[in-house]
Amino acid sequence: MDNNNRELKYGEAIREAIDLCMEKDPSVYIMGEGVPDPKGIFGTTLNLVDKYGPDRVMDMPISENGMTGICIGTALTGMRPIMTHQRVDFVLLAMDQIINNASKWHYMFGGKSNVPIVIRLIIGRGWGQGPQHSQSLQAWFAHVPGLKVVMPTTPYDAKGLLISSIEDNNPVIFIEHRWLYNISEHVPEGVYRVPIGQARVIREGNDLTIVSTSYMTMEALRAAEILAAKGIRVEVIDVRTLKPLDEGSILKSVRKTGRLIVTDTGWKTCGFSSEIVALVAEKSFSDLKSPPVRIALPDFPAPSTPALAAHYYPIAADIVVNAMRMLGLGTDSIPMRTTTSVPLDVPDISFKGPF
Amino acid sequence: MDEKLFHSLFYEMLRIRIVEEKIADLYPEQEMRCPIHLCIGEEAIAVGVCANLKNRDIVMSNHRSHGHYLAKGGDLKALIAELYGKSTGCSRGRGGSMHLIDLSVNFWGSTSIVGGTIPMAVGTAFGSRLKNQDTITVVFFGDGAVEEGVFHESLNFASLKNLPVLFICVNDLFSVYTHISLRQPSRSIFSLAKAHGMEAYEGDGNNVFEVYEMAKKAIKSIREGKGPVFIELSTYRWLEHCGPCYDNNLGYRQETEFNHWKSRCPLENLKKIMLKKDMITNDQIKLMKEKISNEMNEAVSLAKSSPFPDKSTLAQYVYS
Repeated sequence: MDNNNRELKYGEAIREAIDLCMEKDPSVYIMGEGVPDPKGIFGTTLNLVDKYGPDRVMDMPISENGMTGICIGTALTGMRPIMTHQRVDFVLLAMDQIINNASKWHYMFGGKSNVPIVIRLIIGRGWGQGPQHSQSLQAWFAHVPGLKVVMPTTPYDAKGLLISSIEDNNPVIFIEHRWLYNISEHVPEGVYRVPIGQARVIREGNDLTIVSTSYMTMEALRAAEILAAKGIRVEVIDVRTLKPLDEGSILKSVRKTGRLIVTDTGWKTCGFSSEIVALVAEKSFSDLKSPPVRIALPDFPAPSTPALAAHYYPIAADIVVNAMRMLGLGTDSIPMRTTTSVPLDVPDISFKGPF
Repeated sequence: MDEKLFHSLFYEMLRIRIVEEKIADLYPEQEMRCPIHLCIGEEAIAVGVCANLKNRDIVMSNHRSHGHYLAKGGDLKALIAELYGKSTGCSRGRGGSMHLIDLSVNFWGSTSIVGGTIPMAVGTAFGSRLKNQDTITVVFFGDGAVEEGVFHESLNFASLKNLPVLFICVNDLFSVYTHISLRQPSRSIFSLAKAHGMEAYEGDGNNVFEVYEMAKKAIKSIREGKGPVFIELSTYRWLEHCGPCYDNNLGYRQETEFNHWKSRCPLENLKKIMLKKDMITNDQIKLMKEKISNEMNEAVSLAKSSPFPDKSTLAQYVYS
């Protein structure tokens, strides 16, 4: 019997998914810089080494490209590696093996071989992480055929999608956001799966559609609350899987509301938000009552100082202002970002650094 | 070495030579519409190493892989059909010459990014270890690959974990048109492997006995669990980097250098020794050539008459 009251944090849900998969399948192993260490990748791998031993819970040399190729090689022998990088920025050193080998292996050998590998990448914002420790590069991966790209927002989805990713026979890029690790909700015990390739309507509404990724879904939900107080009913779609994309759910919502805001954790230019706007423009243009809006990062690197970071990252207030404008309403009554009392460089006021 | 082994080494080298020459002959027809990197002059390395392997052992390779594929026992018909882009090709036409595979003989793939399969081969060796399989992996790569960072990352890990992998560096002196002296300082390549803490030797890649004996020793040591071994073998690429022609007219290398290496042809030298020792007759060689030519002609006919992949399959194999 499931304990309906059991709540897990996002990080704990990820740890449980890894634990359950390792328990049921001896070919699953996890490798990454810091995986068996006392901090355990924000708690997501904590104590797994005690249960499964150092042959299945491994640290690695600081050789991102080589170790990715090595993990791909083990996948060819029937192992199911989970590679983990504490920052997405580090995986840039491994793009050769991911793009040239993993993503194409099945196709370029005519379907005769395949690479079941999960690459966990952690993204984030704030607390001075700065230009090389807080990028959000999902669009790079979503651009490449042969990869699957997953970005869960909620603990329930994080667990269910990670289990699906580990069981998938293809390379899956699994992107987690540091600001989500402390979110908790009811997470069922045992194995369950959230299918890759399905978006989730996380809040229903008829006036406007917000399509969001990862942490920006939290900001979208906050915005939806503020707008609801003004009588505006917003539909929020958490994309969950960027590739393969659930086009149907997005188009269905836009056909209903006629208005679209897309908010993504990455850069706006050539980013994932652009892809969603292009999709709707191509397939549902006549349903649009107003031009779509992208709310994403501006075209410069992330500054380290909180004084500048506060003006760099989009928040709920930005979504609210854009929604009001889109609906032809005045924005005078909206709390602007400069007057908000919530610190903008940490997930919530309880946070004490460092990340 | 027994006479049977001599015959087999000679036959396998001759087979690769004849296959590559026939590909070069037919290439100007423009029906093989993919880049080809032929290994004429380098046959002894593929044959001498693979003669020591069991079917279960894994081989991975690079862009110049026809010889490695054939020496491991890869299907000739599937190779030629792949060059013609046909659905009967070993990669169903998706890969071409630079992406060969034959899982039935555990030739697990060749790729076209320099150094790209080196970590993967360390990974297959690691996977064999994790699964308690008595399998070794051999990876072939050129002298250019040792300039890649991933080469050092791979050797570091192979050595750290004492993995069952044999690194074969085919040092043919040139990366496209660029001589090794313009790319690397004057130190040996195999000394880099020693610095990574593994057994490493160098040898004459044009002498199939030397290659065979060196690989035999290395593979015995690897099978005994003594960790990875690295062998650097010197040889020479006779033809242009990519394509069916000689290109000494371009002036990037000296004719005298080329002639020196041609006089050290691995196949001719083996033939001379075998004839001198009465281990083979010219008639036997003639019969071998006929047999191989017939086999190759049959593979070409089959490839030419095979269907191209249907357009309805264009999007197939993106996901497993």
